[in-house]
Amino acid sequence: MLTGEWGIDRIGLPAAADDRLGVEWELGVAAAGLDVAARSLSLADGRSLAYDGLIVATGASPRRLPGTDGLSGVHTLRTVDDVLAIRRELDAGARRVVVVGAGFIGAEVAASCRTLGLDVTIVEPLPQPLARVLGDRVGSVIASLHRTNGVDVRLGIGVDAVEGEGSVERVVLTDGSSVDADLVVVGIGVVPNTSWLEGSGLTVDNGVLCDETTLAAPGVVAAGDVARWPNRLFDEVMRVEHWENALDMAAHAARRLLAEGRGEDPSGYVYSPVPWFWSDQYDRKLQLAGRPRPTDDLVVVAGGLDEERFCACYGRDGRATAVIAVNMAGRVVRYRRALADGLSWEQVLADAAGT
Amino acid sequence: MRVKVDYDLCESNAVCMGIAPEVFEVRDDDFLYILQEEPPAELHERVREAVARCPKQAISVEE
Repeated sequence: MLTGEWGIDRIGLPAAADDRLGVEWELGVAAAGLDVAARSLSLADGRSLAYDGLIVATGASPRRLPGTDGLSGVHTLRTVDDVLAIRRELDAGARRVVVVGAGFIGAEVAASCRTLGLDVTIVEPLPQPLARVLGDRVGSVIASLHRTNGVDVRLGIGVDAVEGEGSVERVVLTDGSSVDADLVVVGIGVVPNTSWLEGSGLTVDNGVLCDETTLAAPGVVAAGDVARWPNRLFDEVMRVEHWENALDMAAHAARRLLAEGRGEDPSGYVYSPVPWFWSDQYDRKLQLAGRPRPTDDLVVVAGGLDEERFCACYGRDGRATAVIAVNMAGRVVRYRRALADGLSWEQVLADAAGT
Repeated sequence: MRVKVDYDLCESNAVCMGIAPEVFEVRDDDFLYILQEEPPAELHERVREAVARCPKQAISVEE
């Protein structure tokens, strides 16, 4: 949508089976509060709804850059309205784009804007893009992909101020230098939408804390970006902000809630997926499955990190933790299955030796 | 059931392969191959899920 290749008509959700399910929508009415003990949800318009089961799926909101309120030309990217607002800036002739944050949102915005022929600068405080997720080696692959495509990638440097009269004119960096800008897109992460849950009886700690089965309290489950739960497969309490998990966890949480209502044994409802997502940048499709740490070992199993396509595995303590690939999506799907079965590091090394 | 892929839309995300590897395979050339154009009945539900989940809406079925 950012490049104008797709219109809004192509990104709608598939038609819901409302008639069959008898769903009543309360659109435009925010949830304002929750009382878990009383099983009561209060709404922003003053009404309360009693429930037998509740799914918390309030998502997350993008962090904003402090001091940019009221300055036009500064955007986050989360909703359709955000995309349309950025599109309007581009249609109005924005030529110089500064992207704050070289995460997946920032990298994709940078790639889209370069594809449109705009001047793009990325500003990222970490030594390499995504260094905290993918480590420096893979991070440097992403940095050079963007440099090769003409992006001015500024690493290890932060934003001091965004300046302009009414609308943005320049971004001042922490080294005192500045970059002229017509458009600034800020991609510095998200915060789970949990403020309405204060005093609800749910445990909120960087998301709604659930048990291994996505249950947050009797009669309450959580799913998607807002939910944090112990994923047994990775021995980690995690919150996952990706599309695939939003779908899978929602379905799982609904089944879990129904099972609770029927009084079933919860042990059959442990949620332990291998997180999976991808990111399209230029002619590259980057895919990641699993949960790497930047300190994990990294072994290339196909192609090379400096080539147009490759597949590599992360691992620690004798076990594989994640697979990453560029333009080799099929490999990721196969390794994702293997990761779910506890893929050993020995097997990864054998795969690497066989190529 | 007959499976069809619009290769102008397909971007080889391999979501379909994750759901129904008996029918969909993305190979190392990064193209999607249909292994069974007319999959047996026991795979129909998963093929329909693959259709629904394709992020590019590139798969369709004729029933």
